[in-house]
Amino acid sequence: MSNSTFTQGSSETEGTSQPDSTAETVLELDGVCKTYGDERVIDDLSLSVTDGEILTLLGPSGCGKTTTLRLIAGLERPGSGEVLLDGAPVAGNGDFVAPEQRGVGVVFQEFALFPHMTAEENIAFGLKDAPESEREDRVDEMLDLVGLDAHRDSHPDELSGGQQQRVALARSLAPEPEMLLLDEPFSNLDVDLRVEMREEVRRILKDAGVTAISVTHDQEEALSISDRVAVMNDGRIEQIDRPEQVFQHPESRFVAGFLGHASFLSGFVTGDEVETGLGTLSRDRIHGLAEEYDGTKLDVLARPDDLTASPAPDDQSDGEVVHRRYLGPTVLYRVELDNGDVLECMHDHTDQVAVGTRVAVVLDANHDLAWFPASQR
Amino acid sequence: METDNGTTTTDDPTDAGRSSSSRPVGLTLLSGAIAAATVLPLYWLFDTAFRASKPVQLADPTTWLGVLDPLSLLLEPASIRVLRNSVVLVVCVTAASILISVPLAYLTVRTDLPFRRFFTIAVMLPLVIPSYIGAFAFVSVFSPKGQVQSLLAPLGVEELPGIYGLEGTVLVLTLYTYPYVYITSRAALKTLDTSLVDAARTLRHSRWEAFKRVVVPQIRPAVAAGSLLTALYTLSDFGTPQIMRYHVFTRIIYTRWADSAEFVSVLSLQLLAVTVLILAVESRVRGDDTLHSSRGGQAASRVRLGRWRWPVLAFPLAVVGLALVVPIGTLGMWLLRGSATGSGVPFELEYVANSIDVSLAAALIATLAGIPVAYLSARYDTRLGDLFERVTYVGYAVPGVVMGLALVFLGINLFPDLYLTLPLLIFAYVVRFLPQSVGSTRASFLQVNPALPEAARTLGRSSVGAFRAVTLPLAAPGLLGGAALVFLTTMKELPATLMLQPHGYKTLVTYIWQMQEDGYYGDAAVPALVLVAISALSIFVIISQEGYDVK
Repeated sequence: MSNSTFTQGSSETEGTSQPDSTAETVLELDGVCKTYGDERVIDDLSLSVTDGEILTLLGPSGCGKTTTLRLIAGLERPGSGEVLLDGAPVAGNGDFVAPEQRGVGVVFQEFALFPHMTAEENIAFGLKDAPESEREDRVDEMLDLVGLDAHRDSHPDELSGGQQQRVALARSLAPEPEMLLLDEPFSNLDVDLRVEMREEVRRILKDAGVTAISVTHDQEEALSISDRVAVMNDGRIEQIDRPEQVFQHPESRFVAGFLGHASFLSGFVTGDEVETGLGTLSRDRIHGLAEEYDGTKLDVLARPDDLTASPAPDDQSDGEVVHRRYLGPTVLYRVELDNGDVLECMHDHTDQVAVGTRVAVVLDANHDLAWFPASQR
Repeated sequence: METDNGTTTTDDPTDAGRSSSSRPVGLTLLSGAIAAATVLPLYWLFDTAFRASKPVQLADPTTWLGVLDPLSLLLEPASIRVLRNSVVLVVCVTAASILISVPLAYLTVRTDLPFRRFFTIAVMLPLVIPSYIGAFAFVSVFSPKGQVQSLLAPLGVEELPGIYGLEGTVLVLTLYTYPYVYITSRAALKTLDTSLVDAARTLRHSRWEAFKRVVVPQIRPAVAAGSLLTALYTLSDFGTPQIMRYHVFTRIIYTRWADSAEFVSVLSLQLLAVTVLILAVESRVRGDDTLHSSRGGQAASRVRLGRWRWPVLAFPLAVVGLALVVPIGTLGMWLLRGSATGSGVPFELEYVANSIDVSLAAALIATLAGIPVAYLSARYDTRLGDLFERVTYVGYAVPGVVMGLALVFLGINLFPDLYLTLPLLIFAYVVRFLPQSVGSTRASFLQVNPALPEAARTLGRSSVGAFRAVTLPLAAPGLLGGAALVFLTTMKELPATLMLQPHGYKTLVTYIWQMQEDGYYGDAAVPALVLVAISALSIFVIISQEGYDVK
């Protein structure tokens, strides 16, 4: 997959890949801003989502991702900018369509199941205008979809976390919304259940064929359930792309650092080579390094799993192990290179290298490497 | 749904997380009107107090004389005596309550007193008996020619020294208000970290020294808070001093309002001033702490009473005996003897029905009026909302006699057609007890997760529709609890009932009062026991509300 993108200019211009360019746009945000008091929570945010895809807004807490979701649902009004659903404006320019008229379903962070109603009544809540028989059929269908037929008469407090989430999903899907919004859908679940429910939720969403936007601060969750990931920081989108692209070709240091551990290897471009603290790297290993960067300094992104450190005699070593963190299956070594760069190397848990050992570090990646101009540091 | 129009594009009432820039205008106006209705009657106290001075103002250019006139009423020997009596009463009752409650709380929480659980509940139970019922029972037992005297008559006791006056009033009010201090002291003692006492002991303090230097400073705020409740109740109580013939504000205001309106208005304002003073002290002492935050007690480090374990029982037994056994026993005895005392006005079920009617009306109106005030204050972070909620509490803090008087003047001056009719009486109840419904309703609105109505909106409901389908059903237990409280307290309300009852309209309370005044104790036994039962029910409602919880 790296070959296909290798030929496109610099990494900055690689741009948003549309999963299916023929699919129609369901949602569009255009220059949306939102402020609370003096604080600008959303800053000139633009975004479009196509039919049937699952997009995840990923970012640290306070980056504005939940507010974005609430703006789409109509639970908040934008200060400026426009929100369009199916090409029709629902917010902005003085228009405002109330949440109940938008056809947007929401799965809330703590599920927000109505405690005074059974699972079945919760699911039927949004179907009040449908005829009785149709409503029953739809509820049955939904219970079937989420596999909760046996619990239809249970109240929310009698259901486990995973079951509550299924009810919440079924409830929001029952009225056949244009799109579904999920606010930190897994944060309320135990770690084990979380992984299981990710798969399950993705299956249900794909079965229902619904367009979905989910919000999370968990990179693993974002990468595993989404068709596309939008990394948000400080009220704006830093990068929006397929999970693999975002992970391997981050467009900013923030994205690189937020998705997994990131170390930077400083280098200098000369001809066909890049000189680094680990010796020279062949220029064609660096992703889309344009001519104009000849003779400049850059930082190459090196993930811990691409780096191995092994004890070496002084004359063959690159640096010294300064820290060792035992993580169970793996061990993370922090190596300070002789030129001052600090790298993190992921090893198998059986490897034993003592702190203070001189080591040679090998950059062993079978994919091309992302980089950032040192001038942007 | 039919309520969609105009509401869908207005502000989102569920946006509770942040202070919304948009304001619910209609809701705010409605709450403001309700809050205003609860305080405006008090204007007529000022109007009446300064009425005497108005002609003086017009005739004489030295208008300051107009202010002087009510002031001179204030300085009359009679007013000063009333103020002194009231202050003496409040101080005595409060002090006596502390002296009873703190040792009781210590015994039941921190020691190995026998039957601790029984006494914990038993010493709180006097709250169940309205103080005027207690006073009435004590008078019938201990009055110069009461039951005790008749028992002692064979021994040649012609007359007892009498229970009327300051001593009797202090006795009765202490017995029926000390539980406020007991409850707060007990809560403080329960949450007290006993390792602090252990630490003091290891630092060479005796148990008594540790109590003084560690325990007392920590429970002092709680004791103070409870004491102020006792003081407020004592100051505003009308029935007990009236029965005990002790001249305090409430008694004078009640007995003399018909013939000297200006004078009692001035006294009422003075009483209000003292009440405000106590309230101000109370809110300072209490701060934002929750008073009833009880966690599990530490059974391990209970103080062993040793050989005092059984003798010390005499103390809680005496308190419970006086406060509970005397009145209940007296009423029971009257009941067994039958009502052959011949008042000529036998008790009729119609009086109970009347009580229930007015109380139901008051509960219904207070609950409906409480909803907008509570919702505005719970869901919107606006200053006006908080202000209106606070304002509704005025009617609660104002002594019943004073609110009754204000409504009498309001009726006479503004709505002569409504004076001495049921609507004005019910209005009085609503004004007095609205805070019970507002408080309970507000708490249950706060317990509804704001995401729930939001979820309803994303499922196609309008803001009003979401309120009706989700918020209201979830808050319903709180609304019902508030309504029940208003109902039960209205059933036993005394001063406003006496001042505003329509002619010939008898209720449980007015019947008891009439029999008490005429000395036909036997006839009052049944209704009084009914009232005690109602009162017990209301305490039960309060207790069950504290454990009330909606996710």
